[in-house]
Amino acid sequence: MKLIAALGAWAIAFVARLGASFLFLLRALAGAGRALPRFSLVVEQLYAIGVLTLLIILVSGLFVGMVLGLQGYYQLVNFSAESSLGLVVALFLVRELGPVLSALLFAGRAGSALTAEIGLMKATDQLAAMEMMAVDPFARVIGPRFVAGLIAMPLLAALLSAVGVLGGYLIGHGQFGVDPGVYWSSMQNGVDLVDDVLNGIIKSVVFGFVITWVALFEGYAAPPTSEGVSRATTRTVVASSLAVLGGDYILTALMFGGL
Amino acid sequence: MVEAKGVDFAFGAGARAIYRGLDLVVPRGKVTVILGPSGCGKSTFLSLVGGRLRPGRGEVLFDGAPIPPPGSARLFAMRRSMGMLFQSSALLTDLSVFDNVAFPLREQTKLPEELIRIVVLLKLEMVGLRGARGLMPAELSGGMQRRVALARAIALDPELVMYDEPFVGLDPISMGVIVKLIRELNDALGLTSIVVTHDVSEGRAIADYLYLLGDGRVIGHGRPADMADSDLPQVKQFMGGLPDGPVAFHYPADALGDDLGAGGRGGAAAARAAETVRFAP
Repeated sequence: MKLIAALGAWAIAFVARLGASFLFLLRALAGAGRALPRFSLVVEQLYAIGVLTLLIILVSGLFVGMVLGLQGYYQLVNFSAESSLGLVVALFLVRELGPVLSALLFAGRAGSALTAEIGLMKATDQLAAMEMMAVDPFARVIGPRFVAGLIAMPLLAALLSAVGVLGGYLIGHGQFGVDPGVYWSSMQNGVDLVDDVLNGIIKSVVFGFVITWVALFEGYAAPPTSEGVSRATTRTVVASSLAVLGGDYILTALMFGGL
Repeated sequence: MVEAKGVDFAFGAGARAIYRGLDLVVPRGKVTVILGPSGCGKSTFLSLVGGRLRPGRGEVLFDGAPIPPPGSARLFAMRRSMGMLFQSSALLTDLSVFDNVAFPLREQTKLPEELIRIVVLLKLEMVGLRGARGLMPAELSGGMQRRVALARAIALDPELVMYDEPFVGLDPISMGVIVKLIRELNDALGLTSIVVTHDVSEGRAIADYLYLLGDGRVIGHGRPADMADSDLPQVKQFMGGLPDGPVAFHYPADALGDDLGAGGRGGAAAARAAETVRFAP
């Protein structure tokens, strides 16, 4: 009996939180609309969210591309198909690893920072002070961050893919002597602008939307204590990472599975 | 200027009632101090006046109009006539002292930057921190942060300034500065001030009128001298800082002996233990 009651209480709390997060999303979108005319606020956040995440994205992209180059070559050479190395590396990155890996890194680096920042602003009454100065925190604080997240995420994903392709080239050409012309032309012939590149971009936009939403909501809804903010930060990383991985399956099925 | 009429309030259905029929009037141009023990809902009153909370029953009026008014645009218009000093100062940590004070001016007015500079420097001069304008909030002491927050609260020349626990955590000099500033700004700028505090001596020192809250309502009010002479036991206990009285020292609990298990095995030892720690101030 207690178990059923606990299950019911959990379900009610879950649905209530889901509802609160959707109401938050509506206010955040309205705030984003009002933040656009003051684009300097968005640019400030683009720096905090995007530029400061660049390093981890670029380094990760390079290593992932190098590993793809190694693994791809070892497998392809068995079938004398090493000329397709460029295509394999590019497709892996553009379709999957670029959007997904950059989203996971973005959640860990920028998402957690957003949650902690908003949570602490709330805990130290900064958001309440803005409200009392007749300044809407959704227009001044939440909105610009939302827009910046939406812009930054696809750019970061594209950069990760680009650097990854270079990493694959370093290994393919530098270590195994794959012909540069073959590496690049296989990519040029095999990667489709709409099927591969555009779908990858759509994925990264969706992931950026979800991560920024989760991160801002968790910060805004965090209890105003140090424990509350720390838990919210953890939840942001866990929830948005799961959402990215689950969402990736659904998006892949829709885009490439002919569903 | 501000009036609470029969206000009931609780944080959510079924939660403990903060107010049960609160009636209170804040006269224009005066410093009104609201005293009360921690957790009695003093700060909640400021949130009601600021329209950040909505009374469950009854109404809170600002200049005769109910708060919050329908529609967020009118609420924000109303808030432009109010300034608030938070207990935590609530300075925006990524902005300098100058930019913090300039923040409401830049957000709410279309003043050119040269004029904003003049207004900000004048406001900072009032609180004695013109020289600290280039510092970041983290570089200031608690007292200085509160003075910057005060300069920011009066940046838009509000009619009403609310102070939430302005004396907490300050050294005697900073405390004296804040007391002096509240009084002088009120008189010089023709403000109406509401000061919420549990600090009896400072509260009495600056108040034109005092309210004492307890049990979700006003349990005493009057001019500071009248309150000091009050015969009401609750007022006497709070104003005198007595540990026991109508506000009990002990949180409600079963008899100590029962809690320690005096009825069961080893009961005699538990009863003796209960005797030895019996303590009433």
